[in-house]
Amino acid sequence: MSYLPFAVAAWICLVGIAGIATSRNLIHLAICLTVTQSSSYVLLLSVGYVKHGKAPIFIGTKLGTTAVDPVVQALTLTDIVVSVVVIALILALALDAHRLSGTVDPDQITDIAG
Amino acid sequence: MTWIPPLLVAIPLLTAAVTAGLDHVTPRRLQDAIVVAASAATTALAFVLLWHAESREVVHWFGGWQPRHGVALGIDFAVGPLAAGMCAVIGLVVTLALVYSLTFLHEAARLYDALMLVALGAMCGFAMSGDLFNLFVWLELMAVAAYALTGFQVERLGPVQGAVNFAITNSLGGYLFAIGIALIYARTGSLNLAQIGDTLSHGPAGGLVIVAMTLLFCGFLIKGAIVPFHLWAADAYAVAPAPVCAVLGGVMTDIGLIGVSRLYWTVFDAPFGHGHAVGDVLLWLGMVTAVLAGTMAFLQRHLKRMLAYSVVCHIGIMLAGIGLLDSSGLAGAELMFLAHALLTAGLFFVAGILHSDHGLIDELHLHGRARGCWAPAAAWFAATIGLIGAPYVGIYLGHGLIDEGATELGRPWVLALLWLGSALAGAALLRAGARIFLGWGEADDPLLGQALEEDPLERDVLRPLLVAVALAAVVLGVAISVVPGLGQRAEYAADRFQDRSGYAARVLRGHPFPATPSLPVTIRHTSVESLLYSGGATVLACALALVGLYRRRLPRFVTVAARRTLALPIHVLREVHSGVVGDYVAWVTVGTAFVGGVWALLLHG
Repeated sequence: MSYLPFAVAAWICLVGIAGIATSRNLIHLAICLTVTQSSSYVLLLSVGYVKHGKAPIFIGTKLGTTAVDPVVQALTLTDIVVSVVVIALILALALDAHRLSGTVDPDQITDIAG
Repeated sequence: MTWIPPLLVAIPLLTAAVTAGLDHVTPRRLQDAIVVAASAATTALAFVLLWHAESREVVHWFGGWQPRHGVALGIDFAVGPLAAGMCAVIGLVVTLALVYSLTFLHEAARLYDALMLVALGAMCGFAMSGDLFNLFVWLELMAVAAYALTGFQVERLGPVQGAVNFAITNSLGGYLFAIGIALIYARTGSLNLAQIGDTLSHGPAGGLVIVAMTLLFCGFLIKGAIVPFHLWAADAYAVAPAPVCAVLGGVMTDIGLIGVSRLYWTVFDAPFGHGHAVGDVLLWLGMVTAVLAGTMAFLQRHLKRMLAYSVVCHIGIMLAGIGLLDSSGLAGAELMFLAHALLTAGLFFVAGILHSDHGLIDELHLHGRARGCWAPAAAWFAATIGLIGAPYVGIYLGHGLIDEGATELGRPWVLALLWLGSALAGAALLRAGARIFLGWGEADDPLLGQALEEDPLERDVLRPLLVAVALAAVVLGVAISVVPGLGQRAEYAADRFQDRSGYAARVLRGHPFPATPSLPVTIRHTSVESLLYSGGATVLACALALVGLYRRRLPRFVTVAARRTLALPIHVLREVHSGVVGDYVAWVTVGTAFVGGVWALLLHG
């Protein structure tokens, strides 16, 4: 087992969070959020990967054929669906913010604080 | 009875789809009736489920995929009395909020009802789920519905900012949770909670499980608005319509704690249950949250923000109860959840009534304006006394059980801190009530900061209905502590909830349930310490409220000394709650790293 995929996932996650924390643009921020979530895709797929494993389609294959884990692919797919909904919502809110205040910089949209 | 759990999810979700789909065809009032009926039916079924769950574990395997030889193949809902009770409270609060919205939000699009029902279904699914990944899916589903409900009034900037902050911090929490799931799956090869617990009980846990636990718990703590993950909460509540706030503050925020306790007692109790490190971190987070959020509540003038901090404060107390890791603590948290959900909903309903009467939601702007509104005033003060936990009122019984747990563990100082938090939040609400309904105090107070922009929309509401809903919620909430037999049943539910191997045996191997002990139907009494602390907290809250109202009349040397010592901490607190989402995310990162670091040090040795 290689540690590389785990390191890559951790890196993507941290880069994404750093991007969210320092972002000056809501659309950029939404993309950073997607980047953070991509780390979980990488992690899931690397968890389920089996060396020399086939795609997990078992019609016409011999019993005992090595295959990669089908569960993680289902999880990744669900994860992607969830993220699409959230991103769509945040982009819609960014549009509204721009319409109302003329800016998409979260540091300048401070109607409420304290 | 295994057909009931899926219905609690299916009824609201299907009705939501039908409501959204037939938006332009069905008449308005018919659709209102369908929505309220669906929500009420879900609540009624949850009570039936509660009745059945008392004597067995109601387990539903989707598609009939039963476990084979103790290995889970499918996805399940596993419902004990605690989960069923949560569903019942959730259903009740959502139903009350929907009835309240009938006239309160008459300009609202139909999608509002659909979103509320989606949130209801998702919360019920979350409370019942026995599968780790499904917890994530329900969490995200309710979160997305909540973001949309928060940013409902998109014609103003405040709601948009609040919804953005809410959406981004909570999504980040969800993603941390997803990474935690991947790590747990990597370690155990399973997503079923009972199965994961079984696997982890063999052999050492190792660093991977600690990292996974940190990510999973921090995901829930963000949802549960625990310091330092709480910063989004006030922004979201300040801008959402009152009935949405009632659902968010009453049940949806607290649900993060259901997640924490569910995960701990099905999974992490196995590797870490022999020590107290996990619980201690939760206990401390809870205590810090209670005191800090209580203070922040006292510094607010916007009623909904004040209520938001009061919610966060009480969630802190509940988390402390869970962090004690014994059955009294968990039972206390359950009972507090119950009373707190209803009382908080009631307070938000009253805030909504004030808002619709006067077009104002600011304590100082509303000064003396609601003199003579006796019914809302009675609801407000009764709910406040209930939230402070005066002897045998509202949250008292739950708080008393948490006290018992803390005393048994030999940590009596926990009591003092928790009651202090409760008194601080209560003082803020009492002060606001006295200003608004009695006209006490001055109409100006620089301590409370700048006014936020008011939403001056006058609404054409059926006021008696709003008042009736608010009173109903408050009366139910106040009475929780004196319902005969409720305390004993909560303790029994907590005992069962904490029995990890029993849960796994019932879920995975279908073991029959041992005979239920017959529980007494009397009012559960608490320790003398709780009575004293509770009385003390009530007096302290009244005193602090009076100080808040009349602090200019205090002797000069007192005010000068207070200003010198408190000015800087208050300034720092306000600066931290900056309303900028980047700061919130930075705090989330710091908090997660801190929690993980402490656990790594304590558990890995």
